[in-house]
Amino acid sequence: MPTLFGSGIRRREDPRLITGAATYTDDVKLPGLAYAAILRSPYAHARITRIDTSVAKAAPGVLAVYSGADVKDRLVPVPCAWNIPNADLKTPPHPQLAFDKVRYVGDGVAMVVAESRAAARDAIDLIEVEYDPLPAGVDPENMSRPGAPQVHAEVANNVAFTWVVAGGDTDQAFSQAEVRVSQRILQNRLAPTAIEPRAAVASYNRGTGQLTLWATSQNPHIHRFICSVMLKLPEHRIRIIAPEVGGGFGSKIPVYADEALVGLAAMDLGRPVKWTEDRSENYKATIHGRDHVEYVELCGTRDGRVTGLRTTVYAGLGAYASTVGPGIPTILHGLIYSGPYAIPNIHGTVRGVYTNGTPVDAYRGAGRPEATYLLERLMDLFAREIGMDPVELRRKNFIRPDQFPYTVATGLTYDSGNYPGALDKALSMFDLRRFRQEQAEGRKQGRYLGVGVVSYVEICGSGPSQVAGAVGLGGGQYDSAIVRVYPTGVVRVYIGGKPHGQGEETTFAQIVADEFGYPVENVEVVAGDTETTPQGWGTYGSRTTAVCGSAVKIAAQRVREKAAKIAAHLMEANEADVEFRDGKFGVRGTPSEGKTFAEVALMANLAWNMPPGVEPGLEAAAFFDPSNFVYPFGTHICSVEVDADTGEVKILRYLCVDDCGPHINPMIVEGQIHGGVIQGLGEALQEMVVYDEDGQLLSGTMMDYAVPRATQMPRIETAYTTTPSPVNPLGVKGIGEAGTIPAAAVLVSAVCDALAPLGIKHIDKPLTPARVWAAIQQAGTGGNGRERAGTGNGTGVAQ
Amino acid sequence: MIPAEFQYVRAGSLKDVLTALAAQDGTKVLAGGHSLIPMMRFRLAQPSRLVDIGGLSELSGIAEHRRGARIGATTTYRDILSSELLRERFPLIVETTEQIGDVQVRNCGTLGGGLAHADPAADMPAVLVVLDATINARSKRGKRSISAREFFRGPFETALESDELLIDVVLPPPPRTFGSAYVSFEQAASGYAIAAAAAVIGLTRRTVSHAAVALTGTGAVAPMARAAEQLVNTKGEPEVIQRVAAQAVEGLDILGDIHAPAEYRRHLLSVAVRRALTTALERAR
Repeated sequence: MPTLFGSGIRRREDPRLITGAATYTDDVKLPGLAYAAILRSPYAHARITRIDTSVAKAAPGVLAVYSGADVKDRLVPVPCAWNIPNADLKTPPHPQLAFDKVRYVGDGVAMVVAESRAAARDAIDLIEVEYDPLPAGVDPENMSRPGAPQVHAEVANNVAFTWVVAGGDTDQAFSQAEVRVSQRILQNRLAPTAIEPRAAVASYNRGTGQLTLWATSQNPHIHRFICSVMLKLPEHRIRIIAPEVGGGFGSKIPVYADEALVGLAAMDLGRPVKWTEDRSENYKATIHGRDHVEYVELCGTRDGRVTGLRTTVYAGLGAYASTVGPGIPTILHGLIYSGPYAIPNIHGTVRGVYTNGTPVDAYRGAGRPEATYLLERLMDLFAREIGMDPVELRRKNFIRPDQFPYTVATGLTYDSGNYPGALDKALSMFDLRRFRQEQAEGRKQGRYLGVGVVSYVEICGSGPSQVAGAVGLGGGQYDSAIVRVYPTGVVRVYIGGKPHGQGEETTFAQIVADEFGYPVENVEVVAGDTETTPQGWGTYGSRTTAVCGSAVKIAAQRVREKAAKIAAHLMEANEADVEFRDGKFGVRGTPSEGKTFAEVALMANLAWNMPPGVEPGLEAAAFFDPSNFVYPFGTHICSVEVDADTGEVKILRYLCVDDCGPHINPMIVEGQIHGGVIQGLGEALQEMVVYDEDGQLLSGTMMDYAVPRATQMPRIETAYTTTPSPVNPLGVKGIGEAGTIPAAAVLVSAVCDALAPLGIKHIDKPLTPARVWAAIQQAGTGGNGRERAGTGNGTGVAQ
Repeated sequence: MIPAEFQYVRAGSLKDVLTALAAQDGTKVLAGGHSLIPMMRFRLAQPSRLVDIGGLSELSGIAEHRRGARIGATTTYRDILSSELLRERFPLIVETTEQIGDVQVRNCGTLGGGLAHADPAADMPAVLVVLDATINARSKRGKRSISAREFFRGPFETALESDELLIDVVLPPPPRTFGSAYVSFEQAASGYAIAAAAAVIGLTRRTVSHAAVALTGTGAVAPMARAAEQLVNTKGEPEVIQRVAAQAVEGLDILGDIHAPAEYRRHLLSVAVRRALTTALERAR
């Protein structure tokens, strides 16, 4: 029978999502529900000299008001869970509500709980707080200099850590190199902007002593773990339910102060308490991403052999180390510096710096887009410097398909890959020679056409738990599934992951249905409730299909093996003679007889006639801990036209060839790439969190923070190559972040190619019309964008 | 995102509205709500009472008026887009309306509401200024007609008194042979204009007999670019347009923001003027 694996069936979660029938955290309504609102600091850095909550407490409908002093001895500060080793990491306490000083605009100062959301909101205006403003800063490089404002007294020069990755002899490589190129690169601070803002509902049962917390979480088991620490409750007394989650992009990995606060209030009041962030609050109080200042350089030979990469990165952490914040610019960034290339000598120094900004944590791609971007910018500069076709430079330095598994200079071992294969396929879809002709023609008419061709490799599918421990992550990285078959034969699959848009309710059902010869309708996937799902580590880092999906596959196989035993017994056959074909267990050589999986399931659950020694019931659990990460890869091509009069960038074509191994559901793969590319293009073209010099947030609404709209984005052409991974039973690699990882790099590459005749080599993203125009003006007046004499004026591309 | 407490009244008649406004007690008029409600949600506006005029049919509608047109205050952008009369006689209004907001905004947002709000980044003020529209207002004290060119006093500030209600907009007949254009460069997040220009050109025997340009995005609301008058009695040669575009932004008081530094905005305004005039002239021909 045809398999569901590989079939682009429609997503089973979508009907409820698009008809308003889904339950999000804010939809949870409980008897006696009270509402919380949080007063947030209007200053980036200030001492709190006085706080008076008495007027707010007396306001109509107000049940309780908490200040920092009220909660500091009752809650354990918000922990950081990624204690990267050998980096002298300093994580000063992060109180749920500030009590001595506030450290960023949005830092929690007080919480009101009231009978209605409106009463809570009105009452926070009645809390009197006197602030003594202190000097503030948000630029990670500047904040690491002596004399900068001190975010935490105990962290000298705000340097939270200095982390080094090194392989080979990079100093020697640079000193002996024929060619060196360097660039200062800014990685714009981004706001994840999930359409559903964060929310939490806490309900405490005095009788059982159990706290139930509905939360917008990508990883409910991590939330349970960390909330138990913050609230000083035993872990088995906390139940986390992450219902429908309306987008995370990393921003719902962290465990936040607010979640502990509503839990505390619910226990105090004996009433359920709900808090829902509004959009303005989301831009201040939910983590941001990226925020690097990078000094990067590449060296090699004049004939195009890259021999060394060196970086110094100032990674802004914001005011506090968020849950996995320190791991993002280090483990998930520096270790992948080699990209798809064989670069023998790599040295990276990353300084994590506290600033007076919103905490920075994982945002789609998390460290890997930054690594791809800096490497690909340098490859372009290198190609231009030596006058080589940038595509040929990349091809020349690729790790070859016959070299896998391949260990790069940073120590990672890539599982499988065929980088020239993806590049060739992409080039077969884009006539580069013809485009170069059009570009040359265009230039004669004053038109600026450009193209970028970027290859990438990403590390995802985390991962071996042993490695997680070795790199300081305070948790495991296996994942889990329970496959439970009901008496009538229908199946529920309880998973440790928490999909929130990635479609695993569909793809995991496809895996299980195939195993049982079922239509997909017979299988339901359940996630998000720690009371029913096995211990897992959540959905992020493009890990759920590769890791949790493998657990699903193994658990389903275990169920089928047991079912085969029972079927053999029922058919009075030897187990060795039983085979599963066309949806039925049958005895070899007697094709007419057989038992469907559902028939066996019934008998297993009734247990009237079990084989000797076989337990009743039909379910199995599996925990899967992969032997390695997976390494998806691909090539993206983007062509653009720049209007030099206005600085506007028009994308002419965007095409991608991605390789994530075999596809369980090609339509979902396509959707993940579309979303990923668009977020990457948002980063490249228009998204940026902007603070003023005093740390005031200037991009705090959707009227100012430019999330990409459908009308602003190009059609995306997709194609694939298929290189299975050897590290999991499905052969799959993650695809959730792949689109984002090269998108900014390829767009900026194309724009810089278009503007090459003006001598422009690099423009910091986002490439807003204002920035592109400014770069053109500066180039025209011989400013910094002007190419140095003697390095040519063209694209350096062989025609 | 939760507004401060307020009272809501749905007006049964025009008289009700004018009486409520005459009380001078912090009452604001609610039409489509697409400017006022967001301001209230941010608590930037905290009116004590809203009088909803959405149900007053006499305030809505588009009709021919002395060879021009009359548009009622609560006429939605969607109504404007469906008007054959406006499409034929005032294509500039239709072209601009197509760029306003999104479908939902155009379905609910009203012409009068937008004008009374006087957002310096809104598109419609420049269009009405360049078309030399007249805005009619009423209060319990009586009726008043205000030229659109006098109506916008500054950002979020109009000539309306606090007891006056905007009733309708009257457009004078266009020149016999004319072309118009609205060229806008949108801010990516809000969709509002960073810089835009509305232009109308009238031709008499292939010579420019009328030229008007108004700007969006300067910091003021819809100032006219007097330099456009230099086009009168020319053929609209590119170099004349270029000169007008350059002079149109000279000496203008322009504010920069996180989306567009002042220098870029000035340049973009000049580009908008050039492109709007060029297109208007092509259309006139």
